[in-house]
Amino acid sequence: MRQLALLGLVFAALFTVPFVVESESWRTTLIMTLYAALLGQAWNILGGYGGQFSFGHAAFFGTGAYTVAVLQVQFGINPWLGLVAGGALAVGVAAFIGFTTFRYGLRGSYFALVTLAFAEVLRILSNTVPFTGAGVGILIPLDPGAASLQFTSKAGFYWLLWAITLAAFLTAWWIGHSRFGARLMAVRDNEDAARALGVDPFRVKMRAIMLSGLFSGLAGVFYAQFFLYLDPGIAYGPAVSVESLLVPIVGGMGTLFGPLLGAVALHAVSEVTREVIGDLPGISLVIYGTILVIMVLFAPRGLSGLVSRLTARMRRTAEGDRHA
Amino acid sequence: MHDAAPILDVAGISKRFGGLQASNNITMQVPAGKITSLIGPNGAGKTTLFALITGFHTPDAGEVRFKGEVITGLAPQEIAERGMIRTFQIVQPFAGQSVRENIAVGAHLKIRSRAAALEKAEDVARKVGLGDRLDMDAAALTVAGRKRLEVARALATDPDLILFDEVLAGLNPSEIRDVIPVIRAIRDQGVTILLIEHVMQAVMSLSEHTWVLNQGELIAEGSPEEVTRDPHVIEAYLGKGMAERMAKQAAATAGGAHE
Repeated sequence: MRQLALLGLVFAALFTVPFVVESESWRTTLIMTLYAALLGQAWNILGGYGGQFSFGHAAFFGTGAYTVAVLQVQFGINPWLGLVAGGALAVGVAAFIGFTTFRYGLRGSYFALVTLAFAEVLRILSNTVPFTGAGVGILIPLDPGAASLQFTSKAGFYWLLWAITLAAFLTAWWIGHSRFGARLMAVRDNEDAARALGVDPFRVKMRAIMLSGLFSGLAGVFYAQFFLYLDPGIAYGPAVSVESLLVPIVGGMGTLFGPLLGAVALHAVSEVTREVIGDLPGISLVIYGTILVIMVLFAPRGLSGLVSRLTARMRRTAEGDRHA
Repeated sequence: MHDAAPILDVAGISKRFGGLQASNNITMQVPAGKITSLIGPNGAGKTTLFALITGFHTPDAGEVRFKGEVITGLAPQEIAERGMIRTFQIVQPFAGQSVRENIAVGAHLKIRSRAAALEKAEDVARKVGLGDRLDMDAAALTVAGRKRLEVARALATDPDLILFDEVLAGLNPSEIRDVIPVIRAIRDQGVTILLIEHVMQAVMSLSEHTWVLNQGELIAEGSPEEVTRDPHVIEAYLGKGMAERMAKQAAATAGGAHE
């Protein structure tokens, strides 16, 4: 319950941010940070709590993004409906990928490779079929107003994102405090032992990938509405997949606040490097790669692991002082 | 032994792995409410038989009935749901999770609520002597602690039948003395227990009936005292001709006593 209270506190504080921060460029930075936290938490549900390392979360993200864009541009359907459809279709893609991989017990690097392949297939498909705009991409016409899911102020986008992210974090909290979550983590830590205790790994993983796909898809919908432009590389390219997994790995996999910590840390680092080095193309990937190596070598449990280790050490030294 | 309806009825189970006949036409009836055991030399196929019964392997032939219902070919989790739980010879803790969380996974088989499952986990932990290590990482437990954890997780599912695969192996004599009453207490709650065990002290003192497996075949069954006198069993463990020599020796000493 203390964790839930802390979560409430953090999100209450995040809610008030647009009242305090008036600069639109700062708001954009905050939006991109929160958006990274959402992507990261979506991945964390399957990868962190479930131990299924997906390398192709772009498949869900891109499906959400393209759904809302294509429905608007080709069929004139309201993007609020597109939001629902985008989430639903992303869940459908997740169910399909989950069924084809988990059915045959793919684990570890095989699972990662197959998810990557699915995302690539979707990227190539969206590059060829006409209704996605193929290689040219798809442009959502500017139509500011809450009714068309485009807000006149960045604050509107921020609050929309805030709501989706809150839902993702609440889901992660629930996973940490429910039978489903206990079973998911049991499957992650030892599949055979879990089966011997009556856990059906296939069902548990299916639920996890569908929840994960839902939030990735909603992140995609948000992205499309925020930037109003998509092409196959943006929607289904590996950049989204990498960001999705990097955020929780840096912040702490399988922890509630890990993706938030990771998102803040990564965006702080990329802001600083942009100030120092300038907009060198590809520099952020170099930095990200370096961070990933450092984290895996020295803090495999991420920033939240580091935090809990530090607090434990501080408590010990405090006790030691008392004894001395 | 075969009076009441058996809780587990294994009929003509066979399994071959390539050139190795791991189980050959095994038939056994496990009576409800008792502690029985399965013994045999290393590589006899005991763990394979457990895996065949609990769905981790599918038998090539034969049928397994549990509580009167055919369960051959069902997945392990489906068999666990029906009330038969196995433990692992090589302990399989959920590393990184606390003892309490480990046991709660078992408790969740019948309990949906997280709070209730955690409470049940504490209860069970106390019963098996892990009450003081609830918040410890399961990976940090000693071998004896991990064996207890295997027992606790199985027990938390509220099973009708537990198959213990060498829960006493690797424990020192005083630890064995501590665990034996725990197993008895489980039986006294009405849970049927089938043990695979190498520790003969435990087999003799705990089980009422024993099956002996050698090279995938049942070679003897009966009370532990009976089977340990069985010449086939002695030969399986100690080699051909050993039973004869022991009998001769016994006769010689008996003859000497007469004079």
